[in-house]
Amino acid sequence: MPITRDEVAHLARLSRIALSDAELDHLAPQLDQIITAVAQVQEVAAEGIPPTSHATGLTNVFRDDEPRPCLSPAEALAAAPAVEQQRFRVPRILGED
Amino acid sequence: MELTHMTAAELSAALTAGQVSATEVTQAHLDRIAAVDERVHAFLHVAADSALAQAADVDERRRTGAPLGPLAGVPVAVKDVFATAGLPTTCGSRILDGWRPPYDATITQRLKGAGAIILGKTNMDEFAMGSSTENSAFGPSHNPWDLTKIPGGSSGGSAAAVAAYEAPLSIGTDTGGSIRQPAAVCGIVGTKPTYGGSSRYGVVAFASSLDTPGPFGRTVLDTALLHEAISGYDPMDSTSIDAPVPPVLAAARQADVSGMRIGVVTELGGEGYQPGVLSRFAEAVELLESLGAKVTEVSCPHFKYALPAYYLIAPSECSSNLARFDAMRYGLRVGDDGTRDAEEVMALTRAQGFGAEVKRRIILGAYALSSGYYDAYYGKAQQVRTLIIRDFDAAFSQVDVLVSPATPTTAFGIGERADDPMAMYLADLCTIPSDLAGNAAISVPCGLAPEDGLPVGLQVMAPALADDRLYRVAAAAEAALVGQWGQPLLAGAKGLSS
Amino acid sequence: MTTPDTLVPFAEAMERYEPVIGLETHVELGTRTKMFCGCGTAFGAEPNSQVCPVCLGLPGSLPVVNRNAIEYAIRIGLALNCSIAPWGRFARKNYFYPDMPKNFQISQYDEPLCVDGWLEVLVETGHGEHRTVRVGIERVHLEEDTGKSLHVGGATGRIHGADYSLVDYNRAGIPLVEIVTKTIEGTGADAPVVARTYVTELRDLIRSLGVSDVRMEEGSLRCDVNTSLSPRGSGVWGTRTETKNVNSLRSVERAVQFEIERQAAVLDGGGRIVQETRHFHEDTGTTTAGRSKEEAQDYRYFPEPDLVPIAPSADWVEQIRAALPEAPAARRARLQAEWALSEADMTALRNADALDLVAETVAAGASPADARKWWLGELARRANEAATGLDELAITPADVARVAALVATGALNDKLARQVIDGVLAGEGAPDEVVAARGLAVVSDDGALTAAVDEAIAANPDVAARIREGKVNAAGVLVGAVMKATRGQADAARVRELILARLS
Repeated sequence: MPITRDEVAHLARLSRIALSDAELDHLAPQLDQIITAVAQVQEVAAEGIPPTSHATGLTNVFRDDEPRPCLSPAEALAAAPAVEQQRFRVPRILGED
Repeated sequence: MELTHMTAAELSAALTAGQVSATEVTQAHLDRIAAVDERVHAFLHVAADSALAQAADVDERRRTGAPLGPLAGVPVAVKDVFATAGLPTTCGSRILDGWRPPYDATITQRLKGAGAIILGKTNMDEFAMGSSTENSAFGPSHNPWDLTKIPGGSSGGSAAAVAAYEAPLSIGTDTGGSIRQPAAVCGIVGTKPTYGGSSRYGVVAFASSLDTPGPFGRTVLDTALLHEAISGYDPMDSTSIDAPVPPVLAAARQADVSGMRIGVVTELGGEGYQPGVLSRFAEAVELLESLGAKVTEVSCPHFKYALPAYYLIAPSECSSNLARFDAMRYGLRVGDDGTRDAEEVMALTRAQGFGAEVKRRIILGAYALSSGYYDAYYGKAQQVRTLIIRDFDAAFSQVDVLVSPATPTTAFGIGERADDPMAMYLADLCTIPSDLAGNAAISVPCGLAPEDGLPVGLQVMAPALADDRLYRVAAAAEAALVGQWGQPLLAGAKGLSS
Repeated sequence: MTTPDTLVPFAEAMERYEPVIGLETHVELGTRTKMFCGCGTAFGAEPNSQVCPVCLGLPGSLPVVNRNAIEYAIRIGLALNCSIAPWGRFARKNYFYPDMPKNFQISQYDEPLCVDGWLEVLVETGHGEHRTVRVGIERVHLEEDTGKSLHVGGATGRIHGADYSLVDYNRAGIPLVEIVTKTIEGTGADAPVVARTYVTELRDLIRSLGVSDVRMEEGSLRCDVNTSLSPRGSGVWGTRTETKNVNSLRSVERAVQFEIERQAAVLDGGGRIVQETRHFHEDTGTTTAGRSKEEAQDYRYFPEPDLVPIAPSADWVEQIRAALPEAPAARRARLQAEWALSEADMTALRNADALDLVAETVAAGASPADARKWWLGELARRANEAATGLDELAITPADVARVAALVATGALNDKLARQVIDGVLAGEGAPDEVVAARGLAVVSDDGALTAAVDEAIAANPDVAARIREGKVNAAGVLVGAVMKATRGQADAARVRELILARLS
């Protein structure tokens, strides 16, 4: 069994998605099935095969250190659920470190 | 002929000749949308006012003799994954319901610069994850050929809009087949350009290393027109290729395959494929041969691992890309009643704002990237990706293009695979390899399956930056087939397509 | 309210334990624009006025690498004697936090830009002794900074107890270079001062490269300190803690010292050191444990798909290397030799933050001795009074050199020179202008002086008599009288000559 219900619950927490028990019951077996299927990649003999993270082969794409027009504070905050003192107001944050 | 039944090329000629105004053309399409979209549900937002304003502007410029390009005054529908300043951009998701971006995607800017008329934003599977638009938070779109069938996905709305004559052109994105598969099942043309050939700036990301914006049209020439207009280097996108756009328009006009070497991919056929799809495909291949192409069989042995590799790479990238939807800066916010902390509000919002398929893929992606599993899943998938690229390289050293059916089956019924993710994923079997390699590929209609009378698509695949080869082959096939049928495939459709 | 930690006094702790330290330093680069977009980087702008779709992480936005950020990072790597990676990719570090617009940070994981270097630091171990410590550099890599939050509603403005937060994304996307040392062993009781000296030396080096103004008080230089203890002779490495919020050079030293004392007490008591992140408190010089997390963070690193690999060419790296300025340590050694200074003299200059000012004054024509005398003497006193740094005084090295030159030619004496300096500091203009405006030139004209000399002789007949008798030293009184009468502007030596001539 590649993935248990508990692991799915852990990954959901890691991904900040509050799954209900009903959802967990529904998704966990589906995910198990999917992971079993995608695990097929492990059958492929890939000793010494480099992984491809970028298909184009491009390297060294840069921009000059020159200013470009930015958004006005009004534009930046336009879609914010809550604004105060020209800042994004967010619910209280528990300390990170 | 009704304005809505003209091709983009025909409209362009009529507009240039002053036979019709952009305003008339736009109004005709808005009327068509009003008449049929309740049944098709291709559009999430119809931008009538701004479209008419754009049209008036084009008409004014033409009146003053200002230089105008071929797409000036031609209507286009835009998949709701593209940022359009001031217009809603939902990506088919509740979490972005009502969001109006403060900026335009590069492709949106190019369409506006070309004078194209943006009719509105089209329906899609949520965040481009799906093959049927059934994952849209706002209800599925319907296939104009048969309203009980899916129009494909994730760019189902864009395909349906064109097939239902609501727009002559539309744009979508292709990550695992999301342009070619809807094009095939809706009986129209759709191209996935070379990855990096069309800018991703302003395209809400699903799988960054795979997402490719591309064109839909009812004809190969129309599709080439749009392909050229939206493609080209963009300094705002680091993965954008700084090279001239391949000469797709010229290739579409050339439409001559004599001497071209065409490879039929062994692994993209056989069991699991609808017999009628296979027979229409085989006939199309014979036709190409009769037109002077040299046809051989080519094996791409690692293609059978393309689906599992894709369903590891894409979810991994999207699990990270979708992390930004956290209720803090824009979009839905749930549960902020003063008693909850930020993390709780994030988790409640995402639980309510995302649909089931999105949740599945985010969790799958988190799994594949987690420490301890990375090498066996994500890492391995990237190695498989290398092997698939090598299969393509080997194949293209022997042939100029590869061909296959675009999809294993014709359009399935709405609801048929909705809660069966694995069955749904199979719709992308033929299209995924090109996405993994970053190559160019097209789907062009090649007939109706005898079993169900639904469209079948012929897929042509070319190496990266050889997009023009797609149009050469597709245009040749189209000309010959339309010659056989006596009219475009779409013209023979019952119901909304005609 | 937690109970304060038990501590073992430092010297005692050193008897039983060997400290092992490591430092992670973040440097904000002084590029004109951000790491991945063209927004400005100026400090102190109105909230959310230097943001765009990219640094706000709006849906659809994409990063593009700032070429100067790469160049600056390579400069730092070369100055730290690192190898520059010929090929490497950025990576996503995935975690959720409201000050991170994308909820991932674009950073570098297993493919850093620069690796395997070193920095030699000269540590003052007390009693005028010095030792050289070679600090290994593990890696130097690039990443983007986060936004800044204000926490509202709590008692102290800190996160604990706050009701909600207000986020400003102006700083999101600012380029950061992270410099990680290899573990630093064998420093014994010098560990705290080694840590402080390393950070000081690193700061000076980076400042000399022109890539950042590296001010700890402004946050453009941030330091995290790792500390662990190994029981002496055991050969067993201890568990390390990471201390954050170390905002000054002095705090670096204090944080290491405190952690050593705290950890020694835990270990002495048979306890285990918890591998954790701790927070340094400026006011008490102590560290406290951060919020404990049930699950360790899994950042799910993977190569950033929106950016293509960075492959600096050998030519580009050599170009950058050739343009590197002289390293501060090498420059100091050179100046010390040129100016014939002792180690102690040099240290005095560095401690007073006067080295560059003195060097510029010498470059403007003063002798090293004069330059040092003015900057470490009168000007240091004035800076102290005004509670500012030497470099904030309203006088330039060129001004100081001019004053020294005027004294050397006899146009001013020391007392007058001090008045000229007053004038320059008060904003009255350049030294020559002050001299003219205030009429401060030394009076050497015999005619003017003779009158004053005669007056003084007339006013002090008994002193004059003693001088006539041969008691030449008494001339000093008359010289003083003339100086007073001329408001100190007389050339004292000439006055004395005139007096003696008059009374001989």
